Amino acid sequence: MKKEYYKLQKIEGPLIVLSGIEGAAYGETVNIKIDNKELRKGKIIKIEDDKVIVQVFEGTAGISTNNASVKFTGEPLTIPLSKEILGRTFNGVGAPIDGAYQVVSSYRQNINGRPINPVARRYPRNFIQTGISAIDALMTLIRGQKLPIFSGNGIAHNDLAAQIVKQAKIKGATSENFAVVFGAMGVRHDDADFFKRSFEKAGVLDHVVMYINTADAPIIERISTPRCALTAAEYLAFKHDMHVLVIITDMTSYAEALREISSAKEEVPSRKGYPGYLYSDLSTIYERAGMLKDSEGSITLIPILTMPNDDITHPIPDLTGFITEGQIVLNRELNQKSIYPPIDILPSLSRLMKDGIGKEYTREDHADLSSQIFAAYSKVQDVRSLAQIIGEDDLSEIDKIYLKFGREFETKFISQGKNENRNIEETLNLGWYVLSLLPVTELDRMKSETINKYYVVYRER
Amino acid sequence: MANDIIEGIVSLINGPVVKGTNMGSFKVNEMVTVGKQKLIGEVVSINLDKATVQVYEETEGLKAGEKIYSTGSPLSVTLGPGIIGNIFDGIQRPLTKIQSISKDFIPEGIGLLSLDEEIEWDVKILVKIGDKLKAGDIYGTIQETESILHKLMVPYNISGVVKEVKISGYYKLNDTVVILEKDNATEINLTLCSKWPVRKQRPIQKRLPIYKPLVTGQRVIDSFYPIAKGGTVGLPGGFGTGKTVTQHQLAKWSDADIIVYVGCGERGNEMTDVLEEFPALIDPRSGRPLMERTILIANTSNMPVAAREASIYTGITLAEYYRDMGYNVAIMADSTSRWAEALREISGRLEEMPAEEGYPAYLPSRLAEFYERAGCVTTLNGKEASVTIIGAVSPAGGDFSEPVTENTKRFVTAFLALDKKLAHARHFPAINYLTSYSGYVSMLEDWYSENVAPDMISLRNKMIKLLQEEEKLNEIVQLVGEDVLPNDQSLVMETARIIKKGFLQQNALHPEDTYVNLDKQYKMLKVIDAFYDNALLCVKMDIPISTIRSLDIFQAILKMKYDIPNDKINLLDDLKNKIIDTLSDLRQKYE
Repeated sequence: MKKEYYKLQKIEGPLIVLSGIEGAAYGETVNIKIDNKELRKGKIIKIEDDKVIVQVFEGTAGISTNNASVKFTGEPLTIPLSKEILGRTFNGVGAPIDGAYQVVSSYRQNINGRPINPVARRYPRNFIQTGISAIDALMTLIRGQKLPIFSGNGIAHNDLAAQIVKQAKIKGATSENFAVVFGAMGVRHDDADFFKRSFEKAGVLDHVVMYINTADAPIIERISTPRCALTAAEYLAFKHDMHVLVIITDMTSYAEALREISSAKEEVPSRKGYPGYLYSDLSTIYERAGMLKDSEGSITLIPILTMPNDDITHPIPDLTGFITEGQIVLNRELNQKSIYPPIDILPSLSRLMKDGIGKEYTREDHADLSSQIFAAYSKVQDVRSLAQIIGEDDLSEIDKIYLKFGREFETKFISQGKNENRNIEETLNLGWYVLSLLPVTELDRMKSETINKYYVVYRER
Repeated sequence: MANDIIEGIVSLINGPVVKGTNMGSFKVNEMVTVGKQKLIGEVVSINLDKATVQVYEETEGLKAGEKIYSTGSPLSVTLGPGIIGNIFDGIQRPLTKIQSISKDFIPEGIGLLSLDEEIEWDVKILVKIGDKLKAGDIYGTIQETESILHKLMVPYNISGVVKEVKISGYYKLNDTVVILEKDNATEINLTLCSKWPVRKQRPIQKRLPIYKPLVTGQRVIDSFYPIAKGGTVGLPGGFGTGKTVTQHQLAKWSDADIIVYVGCGERGNEMTDVLEEFPALIDPRSGRPLMERTILIANTSNMPVAAREASIYTGITLAEYYRDMGYNVAIMADSTSRWAEALREISGRLEEMPAEEGYPAYLPSRLAEFYERAGCVTTLNGKEASVTIIGAVSPAGGDFSEPVTENTKRFVTAFLALDKKLAHARHFPAINYLTSYSGYVSMLEDWYSENVAPDMISLRNKMIKLLQEEEKLNEIVQLVGEDVLPNDQSLVMETARIIKKGFLQQNALHPEDTYVNLDKQYKMLKVIDAFYDNALLCVKMDIPISTIRSLDIFQAILKMKYDIPNDKINLLDDLKNKIIDTLSDLRQKYE
């Protein structure tokens, strides 16, 4: 029989402090009953002699020092898992919020997971066709990759994520072994509904598991939301060999929740008040993506974060970029020019692209083509800033050609419809079309054979 | 259980930091095991009978009141055969062995594992009874891999006369092969392995001046900002600037005998990439798989943070051990910023007073201690050997004025700054050719003039000067456009463009371009030099720059890195002569 404790010593922000506790384990879950009615869950985040600090997931509102009874479960937070979770919606601590009963399963998993042994990993190599030209050609998504979308408030990142879910063709995935896990932290109700509707439209709703913490739900649950989502993803991918696409949004809300707890714990802050362990903490989420040698499944992770003030050097995007395998950066200026998707290709990158494109996967010219487009578009930026000073008319001939290239590239190549699904062949051909605007002397990233085989053809048109 | 064994009692748990009472007799830096699961930890400070322990494993589930056990020795690594080609976590536990215990995920409480004790090694004994041995002397050898001969050395502080010796043959790691008798008649058993505390530098006879380069096959490094054997290099860059690719290139192609690659707080897939790629890659010098000279240490970002702090020391200790056998060792630490952040995280949990940006005040001294373990030395057994340290730095927000980059700059001699703007334009390696520097240029001048060409360094200086001029001209061009520049300045712009595109940009994925020897590098520079000098003569005759640009040779220079294979570098001489002829023809036409 577990003991129950009735007296809290201190309540501060999301934390409660109890004393006189024996045998509490670090990280274990506690059940807190308020006024004998409402049940909340908490987690021990610090033990000091007989004093225990507990972070309460559903928040501390309504708790007083003497209206709560606290019971220690002796276990870390686990969620029950079975294939029945497909099609269901849960809250941030894994309790169902779709009106149906909790999933019944004897298989429970600790939501914190454990690091994947690097020796057990399989290096991700196969490309995922998203049907979005900018991504497929220039920052190719690879099966098992973690590739975040860096966005800003009011930019069309949700549309982009939904379009990826709808169009993604994962090699080896059938409608049977494909699943989407969606984790939402601190998002608005209409955003959550938007995703639900787009999953429905894409006809994948019965293959989606959702963990939703809306903006008005307790802040502290944002810490466990992505962990529940990834635990479910690990279960589906590694126990059932499914190809799982995980979308989690918004990592900025997650990091802010972490900061709130850190400051309530009176920890020494590091940059912008975020705790010094933000990097390690984020990595325990992002690094759960990947593939294993002894499993057919995969976890492809697309976290979405809104950059505060569109600042990519802010600690959240900055530390994320150091952990994830590239990033897709959305740009406000392109968004305002009504270019959808507003992907700023220059700071965007897919680190795993080099091993997942080319002859075996996409087409032999893919690497040269993308390298040349990056070089040319980077030159466009220089020409544009020059044009702002001396005016377009005074530009040299070649610079004028670059300006034209820039315009065509943005309006024809990057820009596409929200339902437009371009296959890789179309995308690469479109790339050659825009490159053919440039004279051959500008193509300095290409092998001569590639130029002869592709460029010449488009140049003549 | 004997009564004199003192056990501590866990009183505080805060992530990887645990405090215990009844620990007055424990020693600082002593390794301990914590709790029922026997988590591995290290004592970091003692106050009266209370001690603070950093734990190298996940502490979830640990309870106050559980015991802390002493091991009596500091955090050490086992040094012996079986290190090369292996992959370890931050405290030298082999990851393949962990996988055999727990499959895909790394749990806590698997205990202290180290080198495989069951393998039988073919040992050649080199000493006989009556031989006098001192620390560092070699008493046996083992062919550890095809290319690496492992030398068994008498451990530090031990000397004596050989009393007993086994015959050459197959032995396991802990088998005694030699018995030494010390002056005081005590006996010491020498096995195939020894222990060494990771935080302590291994002894040497003396330090030597630096005089030869670590040839990397990367043009911007070898020709412009060379690294020396025994040198220290800082490699800072924001995310996406290609730190890891550069480190991988150095691990693959640099002419060190042994590479220690420490993946410290980085991505899991990157280590997997190395594990899949290196066994398949052939070392151009030995003709053997690269894995046969590589040691990997992987403590990825999501593995426990305290072990990340230790991984750097584990790496450098293994490097020093092979240096002591007479090898040139290079250690790549990717990334030292993650190590510094681990220091910060633990320091924060210890509630120490923070200095700059939350980092502890001892950050600079820890960095200095680490980089000072590099050097070109005479080992205890009289061999010349070296440890080169190449530390990647991941500055927050790509801002080089943050504490880790700033302090690293103080302790390294070569600084290869990776540049975001170059990376965005996919100019790789994105090493900035103007803000980078190498203090080794002057130290290596003699070596370059003897081994490459007498004018190599002056040629390099000329090229850098052209790039600097271009940088200044660029400021003007950004205001008024390129067309208004006089012809000689336009030529500087064009030549700089050639240097950047035709020489500095190097394609790590291209089979010919990924590694380029020094002779080819030199000849490529000679080609560019010939172009500039001869084109300058044309420009002085008022031949328009556009005419020169439209010549075939212009494209040929830009593509020489791809079109001229590494084994046909004489073609570069032909190209040079063609440039001289073409431009002189051009001048004759205009006369």
